[in-house]
Amino acid sequence: MLNQMLLSSVVEWSRLQFALTAIFHWFFVPLTLGLSFIIAIMETIYVKTGNEFWKKVVKFWMTIFGINFAIGVATGLILEFEFGLNWSNYSWFVGDIFGAPLAIEGIFAFFMESTFIAIMFFGWNKIGRKTHLTASWLTAFGANISALWILVANGWMQNPVGMKFNPATARNEMFNFWDVLFNPSAIAKFLHTITSAYVLSAIVVVGVSCWFLLKGREKIFAKKSIIVASVFGLLSSAALIITGDTSANNIATTQPMKLAAMEGLYKGKEGAGLSVIGLLTPGKEAGDKRDAFVFNIEIPKLLSIMGYRKVNAFVPGVEDLINGGFQYTDSEGKTVAALSVEEKIRRGKEAIASLAKYQKAKKEGDNIAAEGAESDLMKNMKYYGYGYLNSPSSVIPNVPLCYYSFRIMVGLGFLFILVFILTLWVAMKPAGPMPKWILRLSILSVPLVYIASQAGWIVAEMGRQPWTIQDLLPTVAAVSRIDASSVMITFFLFFVLFSILLIAELKILFGQIKKGPGIASNNQPSK
Amino acid sequence: MNVLKRVFLFYYEGFKSMTVGKTLWMIIIIKLVIMFLVLKPFFFPNYLKTNFDTDEERIDHVIKELTKPVISD
Repeated sequence: MLNQMLLSSVVEWSRLQFALTAIFHWFFVPLTLGLSFIIAIMETIYVKTGNEFWKKVVKFWMTIFGINFAIGVATGLILEFEFGLNWSNYSWFVGDIFGAPLAIEGIFAFFMESTFIAIMFFGWNKIGRKTHLTASWLTAFGANISALWILVANGWMQNPVGMKFNPATARNEMFNFWDVLFNPSAIAKFLHTITSAYVLSAIVVVGVSCWFLLKGREKIFAKKSIIVASVFGLLSSAALIITGDTSANNIATTQPMKLAAMEGLYKGKEGAGLSVIGLLTPGKEAGDKRDAFVFNIEIPKLLSIMGYRKVNAFVPGVEDLINGGFQYTDSEGKTVAALSVEEKIRRGKEAIASLAKYQKAKKEGDNIAAEGAESDLMKNMKYYGYGYLNSPSSVIPNVPLCYYSFRIMVGLGFLFILVFILTLWVAMKPAGPMPKWILRLSILSVPLVYIASQAGWIVAEMGRQPWTIQDLLPTVAAVSRIDASSVMITFFLFFVLFSILLIAELKILFGQIKKGPGIASNNQPSK
Repeated sequence: MNVLKRVFLFYYEGFKSMTVGKTLWMIIIIKLVIMFLVLKPFFFPNYLKTNFDTDEERIDHVIKELTKPVISD
């Protein structure tokens, strides 16, 4: 019992620390991904028109980009420190799967970003306009390609493919790099993540510009920035909806429990509707007789369409996924009956026992017994992680957290579309008073877009609990045998460090925004 | 002027002419010093690298960890 409590404590503190670090890291990444493109678009206008006004616009947003980049740079490395100390079983088990994508990411991050960012910032008046513009576009592409490799690694954790487990080393070995790279989960995650980052960046540009309008300063600068950002934001929002749909379709196949949790769907049904807004029954548990919702407004059939591209497709709920028995199409296209979690646990425990037998046989030099154990292990390998679970209910993520986070993300996403339309209308108006409520709503959208972005990650990461690697390794088996108190100390250490960095960034950022681009009123863009 | 000198001067003059960038570089340097000279060696040693000398020992440890019963809830 004591061992259980201590272990749980290490797992929980390690998860909490990882969440804190990842959330902090994600404060900076999306603005880098999207603002770099907005700057490149603005600079393209400058090069095309030759108007110095646009150069000043570009320089202002470049300063904001630079501050964000500088404070955020290397914060992601702390996650790697945590892998090495807190998650050593996981790090070892993952093997070389992460090695290739992260090495490529490192090369891109270091060479592409650092080279082209330097040209972006130091190259004014030293190199030609077109060369500078090329550097700006390459900075944007470089940052986004860096993100690709990280998200390929994350996608593999959500849907492990392209590898084989080696029982002799207890590591997964990559046998098909292209399967890992073009993993549907990785592609869906990458596209959805970067498009969400573009929306975030567009909202930041719109929000800051609206602040200038509200203060009656830098009106032309603000309006031109809004036009570029809101058009960019609208296009990105359209792409975000499409990539969101692709993600839902992918999750239905690879992580059906996550989809059920996101929808508060306990009992599966054919022609399932998508919950627009609802109130989950407090304390509801799988298997009890209570309704899942106190109230629920849904769009009929939409969940079946999104999940399986069929109007009347059966979408399994939490209870179906635990009890099994329903028919589904597996990865090879065959229609099969789903196993219960209890059966998966049984097979997972057999897999773990086979691994132990393999090791024992190898040490005793009994190759025949080792081969037999390896064969048994491979038969049950896809359920390996279930062997660490003692109760079928362990596979249920936090349903209310997933359900409400998903609605916060989607609801705010639609609000931002409205913000882009309204601000574009305001910016395109030739003259006349600007509705202050629109300006205030846009400014308020800046913190809201960060909440939406973080909510998306909460859905993605909390929705896959209890797994660090889907079906293969739960958090409880991934964690190191270390003292929980050491994780607690570093958690608070990070909390202080991150808070100082965040305050520093906000102080410098607000200082620069207040200073403004300093564009004289008579220096207007050409028509 | 050779290429290396031009590259050096490009960066040198770029850093020299920075305004807000100087503060940012200070923050970056302080952050990296804290991360790599304090956090990494004192608070985040690699568990498997520091506790075991060879890969064989690491394999044995991880397999022992992975094959012993773990209670999850």
